[in-house]
Amino acid sequence: MLANQIGYYSLILGFLFSFLLCGISIKDFNRSGNQISQNILSISFLQLVFVIVSFFSLVLSFINSDFSNETVFNNSHTTKPLFYKISGTWGNHEGSLLLWLLVLTLFIFLFLIKSREQPKKYRILTLLFQQVIIIGFFLFVLMTSNPFNYLFPIPTEGLGLNPILQDPALAIHPPILYLGYVGTSIIFSSSLAAVTQNYVSKEWGRHIKKWVLVSWVFLTIGIMLGSIWAYYELGWGGFWFWDPVENISLMPWLTLTALLHCIIVLERRAVLTSWVVILSITTFTLSMCGTFLVRSGILNSVHTFANDPTRGIFILIFLFILIFLSLGVFFLFHKEDNKSKNNFFWLSRETSILINNWFMMYFLSVVLIGTVYPIFLDIISSEKISVGTPFYVKLIVPFLIPLLLFMSLGPRLKWIKSKIENKNSLIITFMISVMLSFFIIKNLTTDLLFYTALVSAAFFLFFTTVKELFIKKFNNAAQSVAHFGFSLLILSILFNSILSSEIITNIKIGEKYIYSKGEIFFKKTEERKESNFNSIIGYFEIKDENEKTVELKPEIRIYNQPVIITSEADIKTTLLEDKFLVMNFVKGDEYFNIRYQVKPFMIWIWISVLLLSFGGLMSLFKKYEK
Amino acid sequence: MYGKKVKLRFIFLVLISATVILTVFLILQSLKENVVYFQSPSKIKSLIKLDKKKIRIGGMVKEQSVFINSNEVNFIITDFKNEINVIYSGAVPNLFAEGKGVVAEGFLKDKSNFSAIKILAKHDENYMPPEVTEAIGDK
Repeated sequence: MLANQIGYYSLILGFLFSFLLCGISIKDFNRSGNQISQNILSISFLQLVFVIVSFFSLVLSFINSDFSNETVFNNSHTTKPLFYKISGTWGNHEGSLLLWLLVLTLFIFLFLIKSREQPKKYRILTLLFQQVIIIGFFLFVLMTSNPFNYLFPIPTEGLGLNPILQDPALAIHPPILYLGYVGTSIIFSSSLAAVTQNYVSKEWGRHIKKWVLVSWVFLTIGIMLGSIWAYYELGWGGFWFWDPVENISLMPWLTLTALLHCIIVLERRAVLTSWVVILSITTFTLSMCGTFLVRSGILNSVHTFANDPTRGIFILIFLFILIFLSLGVFFLFHKEDNKSKNNFFWLSRETSILINNWFMMYFLSVVLIGTVYPIFLDIISSEKISVGTPFYVKLIVPFLIPLLLFMSLGPRLKWIKSKIENKNSLIITFMISVMLSFFIIKNLTTDLLFYTALVSAAFFLFFTTVKELFIKKFNNAAQSVAHFGFSLLILSILFNSILSSEIITNIKIGEKYIYSKGEIFFKKTEERKESNFNSIIGYFEIKDENEKTVELKPEIRIYNQPVIITSEADIKTTLLEDKFLVMNFVKGDEYFNIRYQVKPFMIWIWISVLLLSFGGLMSLFKKYEK
Repeated sequence: MYGKKVKLRFIFLVLISATVILTVFLILQSLKENVVYFQSPSKIKSLIKLDKKKIRIGGMVKEQSVFINSNEVNFIITDFKNEINVIYSGAVPNLFAEGKGVVAEGFLKDKSNFSAIKILAKHDENYMPPEVTEAIGDK
């Protein structure tokens, strides 16, 4: 009860402090001196504290199962384990927006602390632009999705959290993803500030690159966590479904990846200034669009909570304001930099990075159109369609071949003008990759030419990055590690998709299902009671072609509040392959529907994404050589 | 002649517009091939020609209509006006049950038989795909 009030009022105080901050900043803007006034820092800190207090009072209400709070009532239950009571805080619409706000205020405060060496006016303008976003979100939370609404009379029990969200990976997935999403807001605000101050320069590039890296690393890991969750929880045995909500997290990732590469060119050569700014604006706009599409209920998926149309309209208006603001600032203030010397050569690091950007933009348009087109068509012709995996595979996978080749060659080029060095060793590496992939692929698939080309390109990147790591004595290790991670990712995904096998059948207890490569024996079931669910555990013995037996115990859980049946896959992971078994009721409890999959190199997909983000981290902590 | 910079700009402009046109063309082309249309049982009944392409059908699983054997699940999708028989051999999602909403993806054999290759999962007991709500209409 008390926590509820504290939370609400400190949210309002935080909101009011936004205006105070804006006022002081504007006053401070024209004051002489090259440091911003200490008041700005203190008030920004206070605002952060208020939002933290507000957030933790919500957490407290969740822990205490205070059902006088509407959000808690809708999303929690007394029998839920403590961990999921806490993660329930951001497992719903209102709470997750409060988390957005928390990260927004946290990041602007960190930005102010970390940018002491930057020009004063630039810092103040960044703060102002960021406050525009923060005010927008405060209004959104307070007007349409207040997490502290009262309920009277106080219910004795809550409605519970959707059980498929009660999962460790999904408990940390939103905060990590938000750190990435919201990180892009700093990039947005500071690039607008830099444009108005005509400060899009090498120094700015170096300073903002850190923020780009931070957002990128969090976004990458956030997407991976969601993917891991989908893999074992949704029971389809895949890790990426081209579901609209997944696509929406992928889109800012693509532009952020493009920006990450582009900012290196800016940092070194002070060119491509307009492009960097446009990418920064696009990245944040895409993050916001994602929030709009997910929150408004236009997309149907796990993530659509309550579908309240007013929320969608609010975000839409807010989004348009931000887009007009940023475009206005861009066209009014941006000056084409004519100082840059006219030395452009085709064979150079710059060109290779532009090629990277070209690919990213292409992938972005594919994903964007695939995601938005069905919505668009529904509105204009009320025809309902869905765009499935084949669309994306057809348009993206073939283009990975040139992308991988450019990724292997690009980083070897020098700035401004370059030659390809060590041609012979490159050719030898390439030959080895082609032969190796030919021999591996030969017996595996019918589409020999296509897969050989694809796998060769991936192996080529694999070998060149490994060689670079060892021969160049780690002088550009961050890039090598990240690119190596990417080659490993593509290789694991390819072999995973080529070599996966699957058995789906309906089976009774005590039955044995015999297939060409082995047999599945359904021994028995066992029932178990937990605080918030009852579970039926199936005992399966699976014999493979080498007569090796594994025991897998998938579970069906029947949650009490809300009453939902979920199935928990049992997965035996080894370095070489995952064995995945999931079972389901169909009707009554005579037949169980089971899906058994052997998925090679599954764990390497996660490892390679971790390597990819580790590359980003290395770059973040790299010391600058003078 | 023109300066180097102008020439470079021109080349870039040509490259960019060429790739944009190519991209749009590619995307539209594969959209045509890979889009899956959503139909209700009533809409299928009113079809003049059978579509050979993959489609999705949505509605409710009719009460007392699910039959299961070791390699197939049979059931009826209804929108309370018309129904269609579905034959399916694949994994069944958690919340598949009689009297609940369902979306099946597959191919039409004729106007009253559908061979499904996928049944789409939904994740929330109370959540009804908007397509299904619309397909059922005012019951």
